[in-house]
Amino acid sequence: MSVQELEKIFLNKIEQEVKIEPKDWMPDAYRKTLIRQISQHAHSEIVGMLPEGNWISRAPSLKRKAILLAKVQDEAGHGLYLYSAAETLGTTREQTILDLHSGKAKYSSIFNYPTLTWGDIGAIGWLVDGAAILNQVMLCRTSYGPYARAMVRICKEESFHQRQGFDILMALSKGSPEQREMCQDAINRWWWPSLMMFGPHDGESTHSEQSTLWKIKRMSNDELRQKFVDMIAEQVKVLNMTLPDDKLKWNETTKHYDFGEINWTEFWNVVKGNGPCNKQRLDARRKAWDEGAWVREAASAHAAKRKMREEKKIA
Amino acid sequence: MNETLYNYTLHLADNALILAQRNSEWCGHGPVLEQDIAITNISLDLIGQARSLYQYAAELSNNIFSSTTGARTATEDTLAYLREGRAYKNCLLVEQPNGDWAQTILRQFFFSTCQFFLYQRLQRSADSTLAAIAEKSLKEVTYHVRWSSEWVIRLGDGTEESRNRLLNALDDLWPFTGEMFTPAGYETDAVNLGFGVDVKAIKPLWEQRVNEIFAEATLSSPITGSEGVWMQSGGKEGVHTEQLGFILAEMQSMQRTFPGCEW
Ligand SMILES: [Fe+2]
Ligand SMILES: [Fe+2]
Ligand SMILES: [Fe+2]
Repeated sequence: MSVQELEKIFLNKIEQEVKIEPKDWMPDAYRKTLIRQISQHAHSEIVGMLPEGNWISRAPSLKRKAILLAKVQDEAGHGLYLYSAAETLGTTREQTILDLHSGKAKYSSIFNYPTLTWGDIGAIGWLVDGAAILNQVMLCRTSYGPYARAMVRICKEESFHQRQGFDILMALSKGSPEQREMCQDAINRWWWPSLMMFGPHDGESTHSEQSTLWKIKRMSNDELRQKFVDMIAEQVKVLNMTLPDDKLKWNETTKHYDFGEINWTEFWNVVKGNGPCNKQRLDARRKAWDEGAWVREAASAHAAKRKMREEKKIA
Repeated sequence: MNETLYNYTLHLADNALILAQRNSEWCGHGPVLEQDIAITNISLDLIGQARSLYQYAAELSNNIFSSTTGARTATEDTLAYLREGRAYKNCLLVEQPNGDWAQTILRQFFFSTCQFFLYQRLQRSADSTLAAIAEKSLKEVTYHVRWSSEWVIRLGDGTEESRNRLLNALDDLWPFTGEMFTPAGYETDAVNLGFGVDVKAIKPLWEQRVNEIFAEATLSSPITGSEGVWMQSGGKEGVHTEQLGFILAEMQSMQRTFPGCEW
């Protein structure tokens, strides 16, 4: 079959909402886009463990400690599913990880902000997992089968994370004056970075158009961002807190919240590596990888010895 | 009887919490993703055990003390977050630093193997709450023993480097193993009262298991090779290594900075 015919079958499947599977023919660019996006997503889960992991040892109660530890562990699990999904496209986990460490692959910029107080753990669950969910719910219907299926599993856990984060802030908002201050301060610092999670405006987003045609993406950055603002603007009232945006206002005509402009200079700077924790996060990942090298070598050396012994036994 | 039971329960809880706290330091920094998840799982199991035990200790404490002195009501969190190092009754072994993966693995293997035999007997405790907690925890501990045993074997029978690292860990940790089998006063009393486990009696079982796993790891027995090594002790009675103060300073910082808050 000619490439044109194969491409026709491929596009037809996309059109008919039939999932593309690993063994199916697909355009090179589709494969490359997916590898880039899925591994970036996987890295975000793994790097995302660091800012929250920063508070495990200091969680203020045993119950909160257990919940946080389980949450960060879930993110490791998400990373695993996603690395596996990327592997179905012909990469290896090791190569993907090395690309992260060399700076070739990116991860979500949100994790380059520091967690300064316990309130940040609540704000991350509520806002960061909350923003991630909107993106991930959309991706449950993405055109590549293994990616879509990984997302379905992940989404179930993410909604727990968001509720748990909100619950942390709820406790703070009902607490002492210091706790309420901690809550508002965390919301103030995490609000704008979480809006940035949806990426540049639709007009400036480089990969968006093709991804939409291929049904990898099914909603635009700005559409998702608006959905997020509408949701959070209501939820923040339950907390008796405010969002740090004086332009935030319900618009009767559009039936949406209007909101202020993101600081795009900051956005691009963090993407380029100038966020407060870019270096620290990558250093931590490289360190874990490098210091784990002898462990991984020992495990495979032992597995090889064991296999040899078993083969000898059979022979 | 109640005060012995209280101290005994706290001792078991402190062991679980301090090791959980140590293991949780690995979360996000493990040598490979699957093992990051595994060590975090063990940490979560241990926190779960600690919580059940602290809740019971709090109940006992409230019965003993509050009625007479009007002292503040104990909860799992006051016990974990508002006791000083000298009141902590964990073994010295569990507060030792994570070090490298070999150190963490060997610490887990030594501890879990002991905890396994202890909980196995504690299931028959005259105290029904302790018996129930032991029964529920034993499934988890069985897995901890299996997981850490497999890693001891892998590291011992892996590369030259992994073997050397494991032997270094053995040098560091061995002097802290004796304490597990030397009963504190409340442990002896607990045995006499019928709800505690005789730790001296589980020592040979522990040694046998250690020998088996070390043999499989192609290492010589640490027991026959270490006659005359001085064993450290004191943790169970609140005399710790310098490690514990820092663990608690970090763990308790929120409760100390913001006293009396709900989280
Ligand atoms: Fe996430
Ligand atoms: Fe996640
Ligand atoms: Fe999450």
